[in-house]
Amino acid sequence: MDVLPGVDPRAPLLEVTDLHVEFRTQYGVAKAVNGANFWLSPGETLAILGESGCGKSVTAQAIMGILDSPPGFITKGEVRYRGIDLLTLPEEQRRKVRANRIAMIFQDALSALNPVYTVGFQLAEVFRIHRGMSRGDAKKKAVELLDQVKIPAAKARVSDYPHQFSGGMRQRVMIAMALALDPEVLIADEPTTALDVTVQAQIMGLLAELQQQRNMGLILITHDMGVVADVADRISVMYAGKVVEEAAVYDIYSRPAHPYTRALLESIPRLDMKGQQLNVIRGLPPALTDVPRGCAFNPRCRYAKDPCRQDPAPPAYAVAPHRTARCHFFREVLGD
Amino acid sequence: MTDVVLETKSLVKHFPINQGIVFKTKVGAVQAVDGVDLQLRRGETLGVVGESGCGKSTLAKLLVGLEKPTSGSIMVRGQDMVRLKGNELRRARRNIQMVLQDPYTSLNPRMTVGDIIGEPFEIHPEVVPRKGRERAVQDLLDTVGLNPDHINRYPHQFSGGQRQRIGIARALALKPEIIVCDEPVSALDVSIQAQVINLLERLQDEFGLSYIFIAHDLSVVRHISDRVAVMYLGRIVEQGYDTEIYDQPTHPYTQALLSAVPVPDPRLRGHRDQIVLEGDVPSPANPPSGCRFRTRCWKAQSVCAEKDPVLQLRERSPHPSACHFAEIRDVVHGH
Repeated sequence: MDVLPGVDPRAPLLEVTDLHVEFRTQYGVAKAVNGANFWLSPGETLAILGESGCGKSVTAQAIMGILDSPPGFITKGEVRYRGIDLLTLPEEQRRKVRANRIAMIFQDALSALNPVYTVGFQLAEVFRIHRGMSRGDAKKKAVELLDQVKIPAAKARVSDYPHQFSGGMRQRVMIAMALALDPEVLIADEPTTALDVTVQAQIMGLLAELQQQRNMGLILITHDMGVVADVADRISVMYAGKVVEEAAVYDIYSRPAHPYTRALLESIPRLDMKGQQLNVIRGLPPALTDVPRGCAFNPRCRYAKDPCRQDPAPPAYAVAPHRTARCHFFREVLGD
Repeated sequence: MTDVVLETKSLVKHFPINQGIVFKTKVGAVQAVDGVDLQLRRGETLGVVGESGCGKSTLAKLLVGLEKPTSGSIMVRGQDMVRLKGNELRRARRNIQMVLQDPYTSLNPRMTVGDIIGEPFEIHPEVVPRKGRERAVQDLLDTVGLNPDHINRYPHQFSGGQRQRIGIARALALKPEIIVCDEPVSALDVSIQAQVINLLERLQDEFGLSYIFIAHDLSVVRHISDRVAVMYLGRIVEQGYDTEIYDQPTHPYTQALLSAVPVPDPRLRGHRDQIVLEGDVPSPANPPSGCRFRTRCWKAQSVCAEKDPVLQLRERSPHPSACHFAEIRDVVHGH
């Protein structure tokens, strides 16, 4: 593997501090990420949970360094991989981090794959470019990878085109490509949202297995509270560009500390229960060009009082060790 | 039974696969819906679940008359919708309306909300006289929880959840008895989803509506449905009250489907039956012989390939199940 200067093996695997990303558009500045903080250890699964427009995908793009700029700009913050700040790294070195150390899979595997090249060619390309392998060797590695992600008859299917694969199989190809260079961190952006439940179960099972084999850190970006409950170790809940609550998975589901988390949990129907009242979160998420003063959730919050409507926004209160919530009244929320 | 408002009998829709440009010859057929019998009672919600390609959207289109069935009948209030023509068909169609999945593409961006919701009155002018239409549209907006003053706005000025409310108002315009909802909440965020589900439930109570609720999200279907039908490759494989389907499923496909749905409770992790199906759904153009699920089923034996299992009550299935080896297995709750 390429040597990366400044790597400190004792530093956290991945640490994001006070990340700010904004999009400068003709309609104004949209603050997509507004101070995101989290960390990730090897072998651990961190779920970033939130609804459309909360900034979860933009955060992932900023970590990967694939943010479209312009219009997107990282205005503040740090993304540290083993102690190195990726945001200040020259592009050439950044390329070595991408795929080698941190890799990503996307929601829509069909549009993430190139339709005019065979799957095998696209997989082999990774090895040819990053490892300088010959065509023949790279192809052999491609077959091996398809085998690892359990694509039946890998040897024959390596020369198929993406449209010849089903949705689940395409996502397997994406996973194979992401894992080709043994990354230490895998970012999965809504990996199963476009898939049927039975296929989702296959893919999540495969991810868990590969993660365990490689002791890889996994960041799972999703809006599905069911999937999160099944696989995550820790959860960061995002709302309007901020991590509003961060906690271990058991704590969040049994005793949420932020009103938004609580409301989300009360608003989803459950498979194993009938007739529970769905508690509605009134109103809409704010437009990112015009985030409310104080706590961004205050117009929709049933705990909101005067301090919530005034700047500064609530800080990340320490609720317990390794557990934070951005709510002035987290004790009240916990008590309910 | 007198309170049945809609009934289908051996409903079939095959889409022909043609070959050739000038002289087209039929070389096969996609069996999208292949013999569906269902009954909908007054004020009831019938959930239809299944994965992509199982034929549930084609079923919805058949019910509202957007597709013509290959064979079979759709009885609404004693009239066969398939055989009705002209004025009679037009009048009968008023009674069965539809809410579509994608609130971004199902509303014409060049029409105002007032025109969109009022359009059904143009087609069925006898429902509301011309003078009263603006008033009627405003009442509909109010009914679905939108501001009646927004009648002259365009769809892009509304959020996804509000647009879905516009779609619901349009479906309500002709005062139908039956509404077919094809994935009405799957394009919405969770916090908005609950708002729309609660709205649909309130409207049902208020107007005594009957719903066919088609969705792939089994948790949402359980929440809203009285009875549930599970579809696989164009056929209903199991049908029953929600407690029968969710707590005592007897068809292996239903069991696999339910076990794959994650439950938002980390304490159940590792305490639920996990059935992970192998492979993909076969092509509906060339479905397996006998039981269509047998290629992915862990219970399959030679009889499954030879004999097509009928949807009926069975020795070990207290509700209709299309499996020779139907047997109750609770996969939803932890143990």
